[in-house]
Amino acid sequence: MKVSSPDFKNIASQALEDKQLQSALFHVRNNFTTKRTKARHDLPEFDALRDSARAIKDHTLAHLDFYLDHYEKKVIENGGKVHWAADAAEARGIIMDICRKTNARTVTKGKSMISEEIGLNEFLEANSIVPVETDLGEYIIQLRGENPSHIIAPAVHLNIDQVRDEFRKKHSHLSPNRPMVEPQTLLSEARQVLREKFLTADLGITGANFLVAETGSSLIVTNEGNGDLTQTLPRVHVVLASIEKIVPTLEDLAQITRVLARSATGQEMTVYSTLSTGPRRKQDVDGPEEYHVVLLDNGRSSMLGTEFAEMLRCIRCGACMNHCPVYQAVGGHAYGWVYPGPMGAVLTPSLIGVEQAGHLPNASTFCGRCEAVCPMHIPLPKMMRSWREREFEQHLEPAGHRRNLKLWAWFAKHRTLYRMVTSLAARMMAIRGGSSKRIKKLPMAEGWTKHRIMPAPEGATFMKLYKRRLRKGR
Amino acid sequence: MSSREKIMEKIKGSLRKKRTVHTSDEERRQAVLTRISEHPRGVIPASASLPKQDLLLQFSKKVQASEASFKLVKSYAKAAKEIMSYLQRHNLPPSIRMGSDYRLEKLVWEGVPPQLRYGPSDGQDLVCVSHAQGGVSETGTLVLTSGPENPTSLNFLPENHIVLLRKKDLQNSYENSWKALRAQYADEKLPRTVNMITGPSRSADIEQTLILGAHGPLRLHVIVIEGKK
Amino acid sequence: MSNIDETSPSREVALFVTCLVDLFRPTVGFASIKLLEDAGCQVHVPVRQTCCGQPAWNSGDRKDTLDIAKQVIEAFEKYEYVVAPSGSCAGMLKIHYPELFRDIPEWNQRSVQFSSKVFELTSFLTEILGVTEVKAKLNSKVTYHDACAGLRELNISGQPRQLLESVEGLSLHEMDDSEVCCGFGGTFAVKYSEISNSIVTEKTANIEKVTPDLLLAGDLGCLLNMAGKLKYQGSKIEVRHVAEVLADMCDGKPIAGRG
Repeated sequence: MKVSSPDFKNIASQALEDKQLQSALFHVRNNFTTKRTKARHDLPEFDALRDSARAIKDHTLAHLDFYLDHYEKKVIENGGKVHWAADAAEARGIIMDICRKTNARTVTKGKSMISEEIGLNEFLEANSIVPVETDLGEYIIQLRGENPSHIIAPAVHLNIDQVRDEFRKKHSHLSPNRPMVEPQTLLSEARQVLREKFLTADLGITGANFLVAETGSSLIVTNEGNGDLTQTLPRVHVVLASIEKIVPTLEDLAQITRVLARSATGQEMTVYSTLSTGPRRKQDVDGPEEYHVVLLDNGRSSMLGTEFAEMLRCIRCGACMNHCPVYQAVGGHAYGWVYPGPMGAVLTPSLIGVEQAGHLPNASTFCGRCEAVCPMHIPLPKMMRSWREREFEQHLEPAGHRRNLKLWAWFAKHRTLYRMVTSLAARMMAIRGGSSKRIKKLPMAEGWTKHRIMPAPEGATFMKLYKRRLRKGR
Repeated sequence: MSSREKIMEKIKGSLRKKRTVHTSDEERRQAVLTRISEHPRGVIPASASLPKQDLLLQFSKKVQASEASFKLVKSYAKAAKEIMSYLQRHNLPPSIRMGSDYRLEKLVWEGVPPQLRYGPSDGQDLVCVSHAQGGVSETGTLVLTSGPENPTSLNFLPENHIVLLRKKDLQNSYENSWKALRAQYADEKLPRTVNMITGPSRSADIEQTLILGAHGPLRLHVIVIEGKK
Repeated sequence: MSNIDETSPSREVALFVTCLVDLFRPTVGFASIKLLEDAGCQVHVPVRQTCCGQPAWNSGDRKDTLDIAKQVIEAFEKYEYVVAPSGSCAGMLKIHYPELFRDIPEWNQRSVQFSSKVFELTSFLTEILGVTEVKAKLNSKVTYHDACAGLRELNISGQPRQLLESVEGLSLHEMDDSEVCCGFGGTFAVKYSEISNSIVTEKTANIEKVTPDLLLAGDLGCLLNMAGKLKYQGSKIEVRHVAEVLADMCDGKPIAGRG
């Protein structure tokens, strides 16, 4: 996917003016957060499960090499094939290769953020293979030529009119005057169109929410059933997953899945949770003949052992972005790549470099809500701060900000001068505020005063007044 | 060096950086094997720990809360009756597709039997009938395993999916469900697909409005067979 | 008035004024002193204080943060308690200083010991001093904003509310999403001013819905942010720091709402 993260501020600006987007984001703000709160409330063991899930992932990551090894053995034992891809280009090449070897022309896809990360669709299209997104949200944005704006609800930025217009345009086999008022009608249309694709696809690509080392299985969770149709009907099933998706056992899977859906949509369980192990068996009457797992590194192995390692615990639930005031204000496209919101702010610099993704960890108030709702206890603000530190070391932040900060810090370390400057400032601002006690414009802080009327200070600093008081003997 | 080797080297190198307790590779390998063979259970919620006599009630509540319909019958004969009744209720033609599950042969049809079709679904079926391997009352979830007995396509292609489940195959938790699966499939060798299904297909991708029948079945009907006491 | 035993030795409390209170609203500092003294403390104001270092810390400037933090620890560690009328500054001293010094041999223990003395004002009053009520009177319909750092780093939530409930004539009305960020975030409000504006606009809408007379919070940064926005919108809602109300010091001009 093309990177537009450096353009965060501009895209965010436009997003704030976009009335349509703002009304769509209103749904995010009210829906997801309320549902998660209720789900947590209904499960007294929720926080204990979070602790357990965190421990499982930490253990797994500390033994990742051996779990991957065991996993691979099991996949092969069950008749599947494992391919290792060090980076995005290699992963694309492997999948293309599988398509060629199996004569695949039409490919259906379950929702996979990794496939966005490696730019799979564009690559397949350039090679005359038609990838069809089957998750309803992904299907809609594929028609619109857009990128997903949320990791589990990719079309959350759209309203129903936009969907209607798109279907009217693209479903040209249907009467242009057909009534399309109800969402149900739109869904039925998509169902019909995609049903045909499901049945004729040669190859199906899914992601994996988890890979289970014990059994060599992959797990996908959906509400629509599109992932299942994608992986059951075609001759070939390809699973595209990053290496940190591994969990040790089925019991570990149960621990983590108990917090996954609840954190994401407030459901106890998604409608379909499917554990797949190898291709069809000899006696099976349906199912794919081939089962391929493409294991992608693309930067994860380098995150281990660093201050960003904890990001590898992420289970892609989306709770962080649902609760983030910045995401709620600007939506996902502003983040400029595959992963939006707080988890995107931490992960994106690791994957595409902090030079390009610099804005993301900076566009945060550090309110901490993301960490508070993360089922895996990932310290997101702390890692965003680590990125800010890296940027500071590399002088990547705007020169003006660095200068102002250094100035402030210098004064803070030179108390006497600090007192003088602050006393002066207090007096000047009080005078400037005039009788109305208002400051309309502040140097170095125009952004602040553009939208607020600055209350004037009291005319003297506390330290000065306190000193006076002490002298007077109170 | 192959990509596999490259990635493994990277992982080992990165982990070595961080390790405060210096465990050897052999110790780490052993730790992995031990966890896998012992597969320890973690936190089991109270709602997943109900005694056997309370499972049916919990299961039926959760199934219905997931927008599926539920019916308890005493026998397979009664189940057959319920299937016919379902077809009539929903104005469906008397035609169903099933797999070769031996338990489905116990369905005895009164009067004119429905047209029975076998094998994988071609997408044209209005009604498919499957027999579940088990159920998880913790979340009102059906567990279905792939095979000629219950082809996976029958779970996803029809508009109506009717699933039979024996009351005795109900488990209270996922952990106990895995236990039953392992016993059935001789530890660590699962079937191609284990589907855990909770309600009919749905999507909220259009303005966060929840609609049923996204790609999978529009309706899910669960028939639990009580069997002999 | 606290229910402190008059004969118990008074606690030696060093007040961490915070740079915002020092520059923009000394009243909060004096209100804090009054509350602490009323509760039986001996309050000192170490002169060698300027800032807790948050601006540097949140900008990734570790070196300056370290220098400033050392300064703070040196100035304050000899006191029994360190109290700040700010969740974010108290959080910086209590939670982040130990993080900052974790790998620095001479300072790691020192910073941990120091952090154990640090408290935010309302939690110090209720949890350490056992204050259950204050002698204050204010006929006002009040709403309270939960500043993020105080809430999430230090669990400040019930403490200020408990004390506010004891203010004669005051009625507390909760706003929707009182726990959601106001959009200040320190330098965020300047660097991403439009997004900050969007967030604070959402916050002021929730405040207005309650139709309060007065908005309170425990952090001056948040208060200046929300007050600035309310004033801009022409609102008449008054804004004060919670310490001013608890100390019965509401005679002076509020941060916003009058004049």
